[in-house]
Amino acid sequence: MTNMQTLYLMVPLAPLAGAVIAGLFGWAIGRTLSHIATIAGVAVAFVCSWLIFQDVQAGHVFNGTVYTWMTTDNIHLEVGFLIDPLTAMMMMVVTFVSLMVHIYTIGYMHDDPGYQRFFSYISLFTFSMLMLVMANNFLQLFFGWEAVGLVSYLLIGFWFTRPTAIYANLKAFLVNRVGDFGFVLGIGLVLAHFGTLDYASVFAQAPAHANDMLHFWAGNTTSLMTAITLLLFIGAMGKSAQFPLHVWLPDSMEGPTPISALIHAATMVTAGIFMVTRMSPLFEMSQTTLSFVMVIGAITALFMGFLGIIQNDIKRVVAYSTLSQLGYMTVALGASAYSVAVFHLMTHAFFKALLFLSAGSVIIGMHHDQDIRHMGGLRKYMPITWITSLVGSLALIGTPFFSGFYSKDSIIDAVKIAMEHGEPGAWFAYGSVVAGVFVTAFYSFRMYFLVFHGQERFHAHHGAGHDEEPEFDSHGHDVHHGHGDHHAHIPHESPLVVTLPLIMLAIPSVVIGYLAIEPMLFGHYFDGVITINSSLHPAMATLKDEYHGAFDMAVDSLTSLPFWLALSGVVTSWFFYMKRPDIPAAIKQHFGLIYRIMENKYGFDQFNDWFFSGGARALGRFLWQLGDVRLIDGLAVNGTANLVGWFSTVIRRWQTGYIYHYAFAMIIGVFALITWFVRT
Amino acid sequence: MLAGYPLLSLTIWVPILAGVLVLATGSDRNAPLARLLALIGSVAGLLVAWPLYSHFDPSTADMQFVEFASWIPAMNINYHLGVDGISMPLLLLNSFTTVLVVLAGWRVIENKVAQYMAAFLIMSGLINGVFAALDAMLFYVFFEAMLIPLFLVIGIWGGPRRVYAAIKFFLYTLMGSLLMLVALIYLYFQANGSFEILDFQALPLTMHAQLLLFMAFFLAFAVKVPMWPVHTWLPDAHVEAPTGGSVVLAAVTLKIGAYGFLRFNLPITPDASHYLTGFMVTLSLIAVVYIGLVALVQGDMKKLIAYSSISHMGFVTLGIFLFNTLGVEGAMVQMLSHGFVAAAMFLSVGVMYDRLHSRQIADYGGLANRMPVFASFLMLFSMANAGLPGTSGFVGEFMVIMAAVKVNFWYAFLAAITLILGAAYTLWMYKRVVFGEVVHASVKSMQDLVPREFFYLAVLAVLVLAMGIYPRPLTEVMHSSVANLLAHVAQSKLP
Repeated sequence: MTNMQTLYLMVPLAPLAGAVIAGLFGWAIGRTLSHIATIAGVAVAFVCSWLIFQDVQAGHVFNGTVYTWMTTDNIHLEVGFLIDPLTAMMMMVVTFVSLMVHIYTIGYMHDDPGYQRFFSYISLFTFSMLMLVMANNFLQLFFGWEAVGLVSYLLIGFWFTRPTAIYANLKAFLVNRVGDFGFVLGIGLVLAHFGTLDYASVFAQAPAHANDMLHFWAGNTTSLMTAITLLLFIGAMGKSAQFPLHVWLPDSMEGPTPISALIHAATMVTAGIFMVTRMSPLFEMSQTTLSFVMVIGAITALFMGFLGIIQNDIKRVVAYSTLSQLGYMTVALGASAYSVAVFHLMTHAFFKALLFLSAGSVIIGMHHDQDIRHMGGLRKYMPITWITSLVGSLALIGTPFFSGFYSKDSIIDAVKIAMEHGEPGAWFAYGSVVAGVFVTAFYSFRMYFLVFHGQERFHAHHGAGHDEEPEFDSHGHDVHHGHGDHHAHIPHESPLVVTLPLIMLAIPSVVIGYLAIEPMLFGHYFDGVITINSSLHPAMATLKDEYHGAFDMAVDSLTSLPFWLALSGVVTSWFFYMKRPDIPAAIKQHFGLIYRIMENKYGFDQFNDWFFSGGARALGRFLWQLGDVRLIDGLAVNGTANLVGWFSTVIRRWQTGYIYHYAFAMIIGVFALITWFVRT
Repeated sequence: MLAGYPLLSLTIWVPILAGVLVLATGSDRNAPLARLLALIGSVAGLLVAWPLYSHFDPSTADMQFVEFASWIPAMNINYHLGVDGISMPLLLLNSFTTVLVVLAGWRVIENKVAQYMAAFLIMSGLINGVFAALDAMLFYVFFEAMLIPLFLVIGIWGGPRRVYAAIKFFLYTLMGSLLMLVALIYLYFQANGSFEILDFQALPLTMHAQLLLFMAFFLAFAVKVPMWPVHTWLPDAHVEAPTGGSVVLAAVTLKIGAYGFLRFNLPITPDASHYLTGFMVTLSLIAVVYIGLVALVQGDMKKLIAYSSISHMGFVTLGIFLFNTLGVEGAMVQMLSHGFVAAAMFLSVGVMYDRLHSRQIADYGGLANRMPVFASFLMLFSMANAGLPGTSGFVGEFMVIMAAVKVNFWYAFLAAITLILGAAYTLWMYKRVVFGEVVHASVKSMQDLVPREFFYLAVLAVLVLAMGIYPRPLTEVMHSSVANLLAHVAQSKLP
């Protein structure tokens, strides 16, 4: 084993070791050693990832087996690593954000009795996510895919006495399982038709199967590649929370804020985007799937953005913005701009983790009140959080020169090219992503203004906030911020372990786009990783022709539609919420129906609860009572027993023991016999 | 070095003799001695079974560790034992489970301890006999004899409706197996006076005969598995059985049915098996989907896990009747995994029941506050039950789904619904039992695991994880036998 292979192994195993130490022995070694162990594990993973990243940039790609999981039917199912530029970039993002979140957690979870458990979970998550991105085959991908789902489940329900938390985590797991249902069938089709689950062999064979048809139903056929990619994408829809499987993500905010940043913004939810990018050789072979991907992404990008406007919980605003941004990435995938999707994945990981962690810092400062209507003017009290939030918001809305600008503008341009090229669905996607720019700017700065500027509303609202959000009640979490504690509610800046990660994330949120756009989108970084059929999908090739440097791109954008839309979004939100707060109130009054629809999140939750959850239970009860209890047990089993019982009761009556009964029976018998003989 | 030892006889007779010894301790005054003897006997049983794995030759499909002695010469019935890659893992699973049930009943059973322990030990030996027998009559004797201890376990140490459950269980399984006896006797005459199972497998048979034989065997084994619609004895038996009874029932006896399909139906009546594939697959898929839905609405934890067992066994029969390597090996892996996972789930319910004396989900809630260690174990086992990758529960289900896609996409489609349903019924139960605030005062007094409970749950946890992370050692021993079986099934036996 070479030195590099040792490094590859270290990357997932170091966080796993940390998770095991904190999880199994946390009770013995205490809080400090637990967080030291896990942070050391993730730090080792980060350093190794950095070295691997350098090595990959030097042109060293690795594709090899760690061990053979099983062999059966001449299929080798293996655990192995594929270390290429895409993996290396994901490893960097995952380990860096995870490291920041680990450090931040020391401050955020300081008073929580489940401290060691929390560290164990987030390290376990880091391990799982790394196994997912480093996989060189579908089996390990699926392992990582489900393992991150498990940890997400455990962390959403971290405060397991809160009914909302344990509702949300079950919902998240089950909705993801719906996606996995498709995903597994997709993997099954791959195995059935390619005879292997190894990426490299599958991709190598794929062109030969381009025109294969699948007999689906009574003589109907469908393209094999369309079926495979659609099913795989259903998996991505679950994990990356795409419409209509998006319903679990807003509820996942019940988990502690550090994991909202790490799992439900920066890394796990982008697994679907990563997976589709990894499978670009397959997705390129089905225009149907790509169009479907683009439309689903567009719906998610725009309609989830709308919902961000009316949220008052600081974390939910950020959650809807995450949904919307995931929609942007998906749209880019649909336009065959895989590298742009991954680029946005990376910039988004930094600025969205930043926004979530800032929100967490605000929540600490506000003594665990999450309602933005109770905030205001916090910039005076929390200067570091204020500046870093501003940076994050500016990056999110795509301000020129910020990281989000480069990735989001590239998505919009790519979709525009796809539309001009006449790809089905692209016109809808283009309209959505452009309109989404205004919406994003509006809800982002609505939150920003309400939290950091304007009137200080926390004096009046503190008590009410606790009533609406009864939290941390059973865990001693608010020992220091208890309900009886009605003095000194002045918000305060968070400690250094909280603000340091904010600063560390703010830096890439500003510069990473400017630095990385050229190598990632237009250079040779992704050569050999992403496959694009340029004659059908010219987006990337055209973008490359139009690109004349990162600085020019930003300057040129000042005259473009998206920039002005973003600017007007900011100005409108300032006008609405700083200048004339009566306007949004009036709008809410006049458009009550629309408001109610949005408040109900378009009714998906109600429908799912009623139709799927209630329907399955009703069907189960029906089958149980009718099938098992009445028919099988009642009629067949006990019925047989009863029949035998009845029969023997009847027979028993004949055996009376009286001679004259038997004699009578004999006489009848003899009479009958004689009659029968005489008859002939 | 082990060549001279009658290993298979030891795996059968060591537990039985230990059981007789335990019985000899008599009344409950000697209960500690009975427990100790039972533990020694069960561990000895596992130790003598272990060489079957460690000295197994995976390169051949022939029977290994063969023993032969004449038993009833007049009818050519022989004491003929041997194992291949299909039966050997099941013997180990059974021997291992026996240790578990002895430990599980250690403190809990206080009434007729010696008889309880002896019943399990004797049953363990008899079940090993079922898996090791190569003579059909010997098989039949073991097959029926093992019902008796289990019948007694349910009927004596069971819950309030134990008599109904025990009789239902006994009649159900007995009714099924009577036709098998007829089938075996028919085959005996066809094979010119031989009860050798391997001779049966070589017999040419007409389609008509094959179909009748298939149905006779089907009834016997489908009841055991159990397949829909002859499954209703299982939830009742589980609910009334003591924890140990449920563990053996779920972990081992259900596998006898699936083993029967592999040993009798497929090789003896291959043409009928192919002809009836659609029928078998349909029943299996009904088990997966229908029973999965039924499991969702159970309020009794043992009933829920019993239904979940039926659903999981649906994967076993589905895998077997796909007639490809992946499917059959997946079915085998699923059997072993289910042995661990179902045992763990029933033991976990037992842990709760011993403290609160209720199996109703509604009587619990918030257990994680009082029993965090137990809650962690139950989380792992629940995830295994829901088929999470990295646990044993995933391996078999995944293999069978993959195999099903090869045969018919819609088989796989229906089977994969278990991904959603399995997670739904397991985790919903977990949520209601373990998460939340403590609402019932009785739950407040519940104590976390004692070392004995910790030990057996930890052993199972390690096995569940090990099998999920590295299943290869298990599948390696099956390849030759499964390949041989499938080659045999692919050949028509029509004269």
